[in-house]
Amino acid sequence: MTIELLNREALKPTVQEHIPRPAATEAQLQLLSWAAPVAILLAWEVASRAGLIAPQVLPAPSSVAETAWRLTVSGDLFKHLGASLLRAAIGFVIGGAIGFALGVLVGFSRVAEASLDRSIQMIRAIPFLALLPLVIVWFGVDESGKIFLVALAVLFPIYINTVLGIRQVDPKLLELARVTGLSRMKTIRKIILPGAMPSILTGVRYALATAWLALVVAETVATTSGIGFLAMDAREFLQTDVIVLAILIYAVIGISADGLARFLERKLLAWHPNYAKEGRK
Amino acid sequence: MTTDTAVIVRNLRRRYGERVVIDGLDLTIRKGEFVALLGESGCGKTTLLRALAGLDPVNGGQIDGPKQPAVVFQEHRLLPWASLWENVTLGVDTAQGRKQAEAALGEVGLAGREEDWPRNLSGGQAQRVALARALVREPQLMLLDEPFAALDALTRIKMHVLIRELVARHRPGVLLVTHDVDEAIAIADRILVMRNGGIAASYLTADIAPPALRETLLQELGVESDSRAA
Ligand SMILES: Nc1ncnc2c1ncn2[C@@H]1O[C@H](COP(=O)(O)OP(=O)(O)OP(=O)(O)O)[C@@H](O)[C@H]1O
Ligand SMILES: [Mg+2]
Repeated sequence: MTIELLNREALKPTVQEHIPRPAATEAQLQLLSWAAPVAILLAWEVASRAGLIAPQVLPAPSSVAETAWRLTVSGDLFKHLGASLLRAAIGFVIGGAIGFALGVLVGFSRVAEASLDRSIQMIRAIPFLALLPLVIVWFGVDESGKIFLVALAVLFPIYINTVLGIRQVDPKLLELARVTGLSRMKTIRKIILPGAMPSILTGVRYALATAWLALVVAETVATTSGIGFLAMDAREFLQTDVIVLAILIYAVIGISADGLARFLERKLLAWHPNYAKEGRK
Repeated sequence: MTTDTAVIVRNLRRRYGERVVIDGLDLTIRKGEFVALLGESGCGKTTLLRALAGLDPVNGGQIDGPKQPAVVFQEHRLLPWASLWENVTLGVDTAQGRKQAEAALGEVGLAGREEDWPRNLSGGQAQRVALARALVREPQLMLLDEPFAALDALTRIKMHVLIRELVARHRPGVLLVTHDVDEAIAIADRILVMRNGGIAASYLTADIAPPALRETLLQELGVESDSRAA
C-alpha cells in the first residue's frame, strides 16, 4: 500500500511534464505581431534622421505625425476628411439602394431577370475606373461626378450578392411559409431577407472596399476639398509629409470600413454559427 | 362534413406526368383521432400528405378539410435567424403571440428557452419546437411526415409519449406518416396501409393485440415476420 502510494507520488511530476504547454499566450502572440511594423517604423525614423532618406522622397514618421497634428489643430484635417467621408457615404447610399432594389427585383422575378440582368452584367463588365474620362465630361469636376463613381462601384457587388442571396434561400423554408400561411410581405420580411442577409452583407463588405477605391481615384482627378485634394495640393509643393499622411488616412478609412462591415455581420448574423460568439443571444 | 371530422378525402388522384401515384384514394379522419399511415417506400405517402397540406396540386377528387392544416416535416425547419418563440408563432397574428409561444414551449418541455436560437438545440429539442409551432395554431388537422425518423431510439420513445399527450389535450385529427410499424402501434388509434395508390387496409389498434397487429402489418408491407424465430 505505502509503496504504491509513494510510487504514485513519484510519478506525479513526470505526468505533469507530459502536459503540453502552450507555446505562447494569445497576448504574447498579439505583441509579437506588432513587433515587425514597429521595428520598420523605427528603422525608417532612424534612417531619415541620419539623412539616408531625403525628406522629399519619404519624410520621417515623426514629421508626418507633426503634420497630422498641425492639420488637426488648424481644423483642415477634419474639414477634408469630412468632405471625403460625406462623398463616400452619399455614393454608397445611392449605389447601395439602387443595387439592392435591382437585386430584390431580379431575385424575385424571372421577368425582371430576363429584362434587366443582361444589361446590368454588361455594364458590370466595364472596369468602372475606365469610365473616368467620360464621367469628367458628363459631370465636370464637381461633387456629382465623384458621387457617381462611388455609387457605380457600390452598385454591382450589392446587386450581385442580393440576387444570389435571394436565390439561395432554402426552398424548404419557403414551403414552411406556405404551410404557416405567411403573407407575401411577411415571407419576404421573415424568411427571404434574413436568409439572404449573409450574402447581402458579403456584398456590403466588398462594396465598401470598392467604394473606397473609387473615392481615392475620383478625388485624385480634380477637387477643392477632401483627402485626395490634400494629397494633390501637397504634390504641387513637394510636401511629401502631407502626401504620406493622406495615404495613411486612406488606409485608416479602409480598415474602419472593414471593421464596420464586420460589426454589421456580428450584429445582423448573431444567429449564424459562423459569426456568433460562444453561447446564447 | 360534420363538426366531428377533421378531414374527408374522396376519390383523390395525383400523378406525376404519366405515373399515377394516388388513384381514387378515400380517407376520413375524425378530430382527436390519431391515424398512422404505413406503406412501402415510394408508394405515395408523402405525396398524399403534401396534397392534404395544400403544398401540391391534385389531379382529381376532393379534399374537404381545413385550408391551413399544421405540418411537421422530417426536418424541424426552424428559421435559424429567429428566436424559438418567434419560430413557434410564425404566421400567428395575435397580440398574445409571446404568451402563446411560452405556453406551447412549456408543453413540449422547453419552458424558459423562448429567447434561444435554434442552433443551440439538440435534434429532439428542435423537433419538439416544430411540434409546438404546429400546436400553437390549434389546428383541426395535423400532418406529420416521419417527424421522428432522424431521432435516436430513446428520444423517439419520449416523443411518442409527448405527442400522445399533446394530441389528447388539443384533439386535432392527426395523420402520421411513418416507416416504423412499432411506432405506429405505439401511438396511433388507427393504422392505414397504403398500396397501389389507395388505402389497402385499416386496423384499429384497440381491436388487436400488439404482437398480432405487428405481424399482420409486416405481412401487409411484404416483410417476412421474424417474431416466431425470435
Ligand atoms: N416531384 C416529383 N416528380 C416526379 N415523381 C415524383 C415526385 N415526387 C415523388 N414522385 C414519385 O411519386 C412516388 C411517391 O413518392 P412519395 O414521396 O410520395 O413516396 P413515399 O411513400 O413518401 O416514400 P418514402 O416512404 O420513401 O418517403 C414515387 O414513385 C416518386 O418517385
Ligand atoms: Mg415520404
